[in-house]
Parts: sequence; structure tokens; C-alpha cells
Amino acid sequence: MIFKRKLGSLLILFALLVGAFFPALIAGAYDVTAGQVAGIVWAKVRDKQVPANVTRAQEVIVWRIRMPRVILAITTGVALSVAGVAYQGCFRNPLVEPYILGVSSGAACGASLAIVFPRVFPGNQPTAFVFALMAVFISYSLARNRGLISPVALVLSGIIVGALFSAVVSIMKYLAADTQLREITFWMMGGLYYTTWADARLSILAVIPVFAVLWYMGWHLNLLSLGDEEARSLGVNPTLCRLIIIVASTLAASVCVSICGIIAWVGLMTPHAARMIFGPDNRWVVPAAAILGAAYLLACDTIARTLTMAEIPLGIITSILGAPYLLWLLRDKGREIYG
Amino acid sequence: MVRQMANGPFGESQSAPALAEMAKGGAEALLSVEDVRFSYGAKEVLKGVSLSVTAGTLRGLLGPNGSGKTTLFKCCLGFLKPKSGAIKIGQKPIGELGPKRLAAKVAYVPQEHHPSFPYSVREMVEMGRAPHRGALPMLTKRDHEAVEMALGRVGLADRANENYGHLSGGQRRLVLVARALAQEAEIMFLDEPTSSLDFSNQLIVWETVRSIASQGLGVVICCHDPNHILWFCDEVAALKNGRILADGPVGSTIDRELLQTLYGREIHAETIGPRTFIYP
Repeated sequence: MIFKRKLGSLLILFALLVGAFFPALIAGAYDVTAGQVAGIVWAKVRDKQVPANVTRAQEVIVWRIRMPRVILAITTGVALSVAGVAYQGCFRNPLVEPYILGVSSGAACGASLAIVFPRVFPGNQPTAFVFALMAVFISYSLARNRGLISPVALVLSGIIVGALFSAVVSIMKYLAADTQLREITFWMMGGLYYTTWADARLSILAVIPVFAVLWYMGWHLNLLSLGDEEARSLGVNPTLCRLIIIVASTLAASVCVSICGIIAWVGLMTPHAARMIFGPDNRWVVPAAAILGAAYLLACDTIARTLTMAEIPLGIITSILGAPYLLWLLRDKGREIYG
Repeated sequence: MVRQMANGPFGESQSAPALAEMAKGGAEALLSVEDVRFSYGAKEVLKGVSLSVTAGTLRGLLGPNGSGKTTLFKCCLGFLKPKSGAIKIGQKPIGELGPKRLAAKVAYVPQEHHPSFPYSVREMVEMGRAPHRGALPMLTKRDHEAVEMALGRVGLADRANENYGHLSGGQRRLVLVARALAQEAEIMFLDEPTSSLDFSNQLIVWETVRSIASQGLGVVICCHDPNHILWFCDEVAALKNGRILADGPVGSTIDRELLQTLYGREIHAETIGPRTFIYP
């Protein structure tokens, strides 16, 4: 039966994610054995002393450095992926992603302002978050016409707002001193280098409720993807539904982007990968894309910090792996799936 | 010139229930449109339209392009809000119902469309259950039964797992009809369900719709071919420039004069055997 097969596939994916979790904690420049990692995690979860065979440095590296980083990779993967599913369904366009309403350019603008004018804007993260939300809010208000918001108008206003905020980023780059320029560039490439437990906790707080809302709204998303009139004739209020879905997914994406910078492609790739396995029903695509996104970002981040001695920005890895995948998807699978 | 044509071309039996219903002295209106006016900006599209939909009746809506048919549909389905006048289901204005309760009463079969995502036939039909769903995301046994029955009614039960986008145009329309059936509404609106279909598929869609109406639904169908309306519908309303020109049983309403007024050109009608044909 189809339901059981899909449930089975979902459980297998989840097992893969759990399977990727421990290798990510073990891998890294500083040697820690699998047994030691298990000992540290087990002790910390129960709030006990770590085992005697673990040094203080190992404890700090696994629990203070690697653990929050792994968690943030997972939550960011979930946030960007479910936001991708949500945006693609809402705008009936399989090629949009969370950044379409200006989340990324807004966040980049906020971060660059904070980097160049540290006295005016306190902290990269909060400023990036505020500007990301501001960009989306402006896009949304611009698209509003006599109380109605058409998806096309929304996408267009997103592009306009994105251009505006990108211009501000360019000005900041022009004004920036060399070290600041380097910082801006690095921030925009995206990465999880400085992740702390506070970041990880914040992202969990934002992502779990959003994921729950979007999973629950998966069915509404199916109806919305047919178009506003059909959705309405089937009994949902398209404007209200879209508002809830966009606000929720933007919130999670903005929180994650403000913490770790711009990580491209994930929100575009994983929804498609999920649809290839589960079909287009968003009740399945939402959880499947979430798991795939988490696993993908976890794998990419592990590669980013172990491939060479110095760390490669995560956004570069996701793009290098993501772009060919999307090309393959469009050329080979596109015709087969999307007719 | 044009004879009484209340029965369909495929025998008396199909429309017998409908006739019986009408014989009961015009069953109560499921949906009534009362003096509705609507305008896009300064342009008035509906200029006081009144109409009623009764159970077991297949009602055709005839009119040239730009006559306001689609706008009337959109008002009845709650997509547009009329400037004045009332649209009621039973005694209740549709504005008071809210999308979900309205959808449980009125189903809609849109014109041909290509979905953005590759839903299967069954998934498309399952979406018709939306107005009846509770809080849980899973479909109940009752939902599955309604879906299977709807698929069976349009003869697509064996193609349920295929990609909806890969079906032929005619089959896609039938899937949309099945979705409306799964919705279990009392009223069904179809917007040009046969446009761009081949001859045989047009007839299949019409026969399906005919049998749906005969089983007790109130069906309104918007169509450009007066022949089809003559052959399949019980009643017809003719719309031009936002006004109803004529409204009544097809046989006594559609005649040469009406069609010439509607389309502004010479039109002939001839009765051959049991059927009437309209031709240029």
C-alpha cells in the first residue's frame, strides 16, 4: 500500500539523518573516538560527569563546539527546506525558494550595516534578522493591491526589494575597510563557524514550531498550489492560508540566515528531491524535505570543516553540489515529472 | 421551429428523474441569484441578474464572449462580491457561509488547467474532500469511499494512480468532475468543460454531467455550443451584456430569434428526428 511504502521511506530517511549525526560529531581536526563521543553525549544528556577516558579539551570540542554546530546545521537545513516547500506551493512555482521575498538580501544588508557601523547597529545577528523581516514585510506591502495579493506581484516586489537591499550592501562594501570587507564577504558566503549553544537553542525554538505549523498546513498547501480560485472553491481562504504559511516559513528562514549567513540552493534542492521520492503531496513533502535538508546541510558542513586544513564556507559547498544537481533535475527528470 | 427537447439524446431514461423533479412543481431552489450587479471599476459587467438553480436540473448558461458568464460564476462561487443584490443558498446569503461551508454546498469544475505539480488522479480527487475534513491531516474511510465512488462515476477508477498531467484533455476534465463529485456538494458549476476537447470527449463529458444532474444535483454549465445545450440541458439562461435575455426550459427558450439576438448574425435551426440542430 502506498501509505505504508511512503511511511517506510520516511523512516529510512530519518534513520539516515540519525546515522549522519554521530559521524559529524566524530569527524574533525581534533581526534575523538566514537566511544568517547558516545560517552560525552550520554553523560551530558543525563547531566552527569563525563567518563574518565575523556580529556577536558575533547569534552569542550565535542559538546561546546561540534554539538551546537551539528544542531544548527540540522535546524537550518529543516528551516530552509520547509520554507522552500512552502514558497513553491504558495507561488505555484517549483523554482522559487525562501530568498525570493528578499530574506537573503535583507539579512545581507543588515549584516553589512552592522559590520561597517558596529556602533549604530548592535550585533550582526539581530540586525540581519530585523532587516530580513523588514525586507519581507516591504515586499508583502508593495504587492498588496486593494486588499488582494497576487503571487506574481509578490514575486516581483520581492525582486525589487532584493535589488534595493543589495544596492545598500554594495554601498557598504564600497565604504568598508579591508577587514570589514572580508567579514562581509565571509558572512555572505554563509557558514557555521562560530556557532554557540545560544544560537543552536534559538534556532530550535524558531524551527520546531514552524515545522509543526507547515506540516499541519501541508494539505492546505496542496490546495493552494492549484491556484487561488480552485483553493477557494475547495473551501480554504487562500489569502489567509498564504499569509500564515509565508509568515511562518519566513520567520524560521530569517532566524537561521541571521545566524549563519546566506546558504543557497538548499531550499530549492531538497523539496524537489523529496517530491521525486514521495510525489507532490505536501503532507509527505514537508517532513521529507525537512529530513533531507537537515542531512544535506549536516553532510555539507562536515565536508566544509574536514576537507582541508582551513575551513571552506558552507555556502560554497552547497552551491558546488547543488547547481549540478538542479541542472540534472531540470534536464533529465524535469520532463518526466513535470510533463 | 425548435421542438420541445427536454430529454437527452441518449434515451428518455436518463433525464426521467429530472423531469419528475420538475413535474413536482419546480422543486425548491438550491441557489438563488437575486438582482445581482457587479462591476470591474467603472465597467458594469452584471446589470441586475436573477437566476435560480434547482435540484436535479441541468441548466445551461449561454452567452457570447464578454457577456458576464464567468463573472456570474465567480460571484456564485464566492470569488467575487457583488456590488448589490443577493446570492443565497437556501435562505442564507453565501457571504455568511465562509469558504469551507460554501465549498460543502457548491462545487466548481474549472476550465482546463495544468497543475504546477505532478499530482496523481487520486490525489486530485482527494482534494475534493477538503470541505469535509476534520482537524487531522489523514483522510478517513468515509473520504476514501467518496473518492473511489467519484472515480467510478466518471469511469477513471483504473487510472487513479496515473499522473493527472499526463492524461488526455477529456480525461482531465473528468477528473475535475470527479473531484467536484467527491466534494458531495448539492450544486455544481462547470466552466466550459468541453472547450478544446474532441467530438467524442465532448459527448463523454456531457453524458457524465447529464447523469450527475439526473441523480439530483443542481448543475449549472457554461457552454458556447447551443447544440450541446439543446441536446443535454433541461433549462437554459441566456446572458448578454450583463443581462438575462431569456430563462426557461431549453425547448421553449432556445429559438432562432434568441440566438440571432445573442450572437448578432443569421442563424438557422432545424429539427431532424428527435434532435434539433443549430447551424449558420
